[in-house]
Amino acid sequence: MLQVKNLKVRVEDREILKGIDLTVNKGEVHAIMGPNGSGKSTFARALSGHPGYEITDGQVLYNGQDLLEMDPDERARAGVFMAFQYPVEIPGVNNAYFLKAALNAKRKHDGLDELDAMDFMKLVKEKLKLLHVDDSLLQRSVNEGFSGGEKKRNEIFHMAVLEPTLSLLDETDSGLDIDALKVVSEGVNAMRSPERAFIVVTHYQRLLNYIVPDYVHVLSEGRIVRSGGRELALELEEKGYAGQTAAGARR
Amino acid sequence: METLVQAPAWLKERRDQASRRFAEVGFPTTRQEDWRFTNIAPIADAKFPLANGTFAQAAALVAGVKIPGALTLAIVNGQFAAGLSDLSAMPKGVRIAGLRDGARDGAAGLEQHLGKVFNIDAHPFAALNASHLDDGVAIFIAGGAVIETPIHIVTVTGGDDQAVTAHPRVLVVAGANSQARIAQTFIGAAGSVYFNNAVAEVVVGEGAIVDYYTDQRESDRAFHIANIQAHVEAKGVFASHAFATGAKIQRHDIGIGLKGEGADCTMNGVYLADGERLMDTHTSLDHAMPHCTSHEIYKGILAGKAKAVFNGRIIVRIDAQKTDAKQTNRALLLSDDATINSNPQLEIFADDVKCTHGAAVGQLDEEAMFYLQARGLTRVEARDMLLHAFAGEVLEGLKIPALREQIETNFFTALARDIPVTA
Repeated sequence: MLQVKNLKVRVEDREILKGIDLTVNKGEVHAIMGPNGSGKSTFARALSGHPGYEITDGQVLYNGQDLLEMDPDERARAGVFMAFQYPVEIPGVNNAYFLKAALNAKRKHDGLDELDAMDFMKLVKEKLKLLHVDDSLLQRSVNEGFSGGEKKRNEIFHMAVLEPTLSLLDETDSGLDIDALKVVSEGVNAMRSPERAFIVVTHYQRLLNYIVPDYVHVLSEGRIVRSGGRELALELEEKGYAGQTAAGARR
Repeated sequence: METLVQAPAWLKERRDQASRRFAEVGFPTTRQEDWRFTNIAPIADAKFPLANGTFAQAAALVAGVKIPGALTLAIVNGQFAAGLSDLSAMPKGVRIAGLRDGARDGAAGLEQHLGKVFNIDAHPFAALNASHLDDGVAIFIAGGAVIETPIHIVTVTGGDDQAVTAHPRVLVVAGANSQARIAQTFIGAAGSVYFNNAVAEVVVGEGAIVDYYTDQRESDRAFHIANIQAHVEAKGVFASHAFATGAKIQRHDIGIGLKGEGADCTMNGVYLADGERLMDTHTSLDHAMPHCTSHEIYKGILAGKAKAVFNGRIIVRIDAQKTDAKQTNRALLLSDDATINSNPQLEIFADDVKCTHGAAVGQLDEEAMFYLQARGLTRVEARDMLLHAFAGEVLEGLKIPALREQIETNFFTALARDIPVTA
C-alpha cells in the first residue's frame, strides 16, 4: 500500500528526515517510535502533505500513485488520514457540518452518492457510541474549547466516520489518561481490517499495549535505526532510547 | 424632471437649509479628519447628472432580490416606484407613504420626523441628499403593532445610457412597543457607473424592537455613500446589520443615538472588497442616557489592493451612567497589498461605565486551512468555510431567513469572483 524510499525532509532550512525507507502493506500496523526530535512527527506530517515540510529527496508511492505530487486534500480523499498531534481549533465551524462536508468530499471522489443530513446523523450516532464520544462535541465548533482528551477522541471519531485506507496517528496518546487511551485504542482496533493500514507515531510503548503493532521502527536523528516486531517496543520500554543511535544501527 | 411644485413650506425650508449647508461646506476632502483615508474626488469631479426617472433594467434588478412574502418597496433612482413595489402583503399596523404623495397629502408624522433624526451639519453628503429631498419612502409602524411580515426596501440606481446620481431617502418611525424587521438592498446593473447617495432615518419608539438590515451589493464600478441614523427611545431595542460587497468606493456612516434610559442596540457589519476598491465604514454610538447597552462587531475581508477604513466612535455622555458598550473590529487581509485603517474612538464623560473595544487584523489561519484540507476539503472549500465562519457571528443576526440565504449566496459569489486562492 505504501512504499517510502529515501525520504528526505527539511523544515525551515534544517534537514529533519535524512532518508527514510519503509514499506507498509494492507492490514498492517506499524509503530514509529523514537525520542523527541528524532523526526517521527515530521514523518507523519510530511506524508499528510503539510506545506511547512519540504521534501528534498525520495519517493512515496501510495497504492501506486505518487503521493508527494498530491495536494493534502487529494491525499485525504484518496484515503490517507492524519490524526493530528495538536488538532486545530476552528471557531465558527460546526464540527458535524465540517465532518459531513469532509465525508461527502470523499464519497464524491469514490463515486458514491453524498449523504443527506439524516443518513449522516445515523452514521455519526453509531460511531459516537463506539467511541464513547459525547454528542455535544458534534454541535460545537471544531476543537474549540475541547479538552486535550476530547480533541484526541474527536480525531479518532473523524477517522471512524471517514474510514480511511491509511491512517497516520501522530502521538495520539500524548496527553491522554488511561481511560481515554483505552477508548481511543478500541476505536482504532475496531477499524483494523485486512484492507486498512495504520502508522502509529508514539514516544511511549504504553499505547502499543492497546494497539498492538505488527512492526516497530525506531527513528533516531532522521533515520530508521532499528526495525523489529512488537518485542522491540518492550525492549525500548525497558532500556530506553539511549544507545539507539544511527551509529548503533551501523554496527 | 418632474419637481414637487406644491411642496409644503416646511419641506421647502428644510431643502433650502440643506442646500445652503452643502453650498457652504462642499464635498469633503482628505484634509478633513473624517475623510482622511477616503478620497471622494472621483465623485466630486464626475458631476453625474441627477437621474431622471427609471431605466430599462430596474424591474429585473428588483425582481432579482425580491424576498418571497415580504412587503417590497422599490425606490428607483431616488423615487418610489409603485409599479415595481409589492404591497399585497401589507400587514395591519403599517402605513407606507411615498414621500412625494405624503408631502402632497401633508401626511401625519412627516413634518415631525423627516430630517429630524440626522444632523445635516455632520455630514456633507447627507446635506446634499436633503437638498434634493422630494421622494423616497416613509414607513410608519403603529404603536404596539408586531409586524411579522418583513419589510424590504429595494434601492435601485442607474441610467439607460449615462451615469447618474440619485439621492434615495427612507424614514422609519416605529411607534411605542411595536416590532418590525426592515431590510434595505442597494443594487445597480453589474458593471454600471453611478453615484448613489442614500439617507435613512429610523425612530425607535419607547419599548419598540426594530431590526434594520442593509445589503450593499452595488455595481463594483459605482459610488455608494449611505448615511443611516437612528434614535432609540427608552427601553427600545435597535439592531443594525450591514453587509457590503459592492461599489468602487463605499462610505457607510451609521449613527445610533440612545436617547432614553435602558435602550439597547446592536451594530454589526461584514464587508468584503478586492481589486482597488475602497470600503469605508464610520460608526457612531451616542450613549446619551443611563443604563443603555450597545454591542458592535464589524468584520472585514480584504483582498487584492482593496482598502478599508473602520472608524468606530462611542460617546458616553456625562448623564449616561451604567453604560455598557462593547466594540469589536476584525479584519482579514488575504493579500499583502490589502490595507485597513482601523480607528476606535471612545469619548467617555461619565464615570460609572463599562466600555471595551478591540481591533484585530490578521490573515487566514494557515494551520486551520491545512486541518480542513487534510480532511479532504479543497483549498477553495476550506477557505470559504473559514471565511463563512468569520462572518458567521454577524450573519446569524439576520432574522429574515430568505434574506440571509440571499446575502450568503451573494457573499460566496463575491468570494468566487474576487478572492484568489493562493497556495
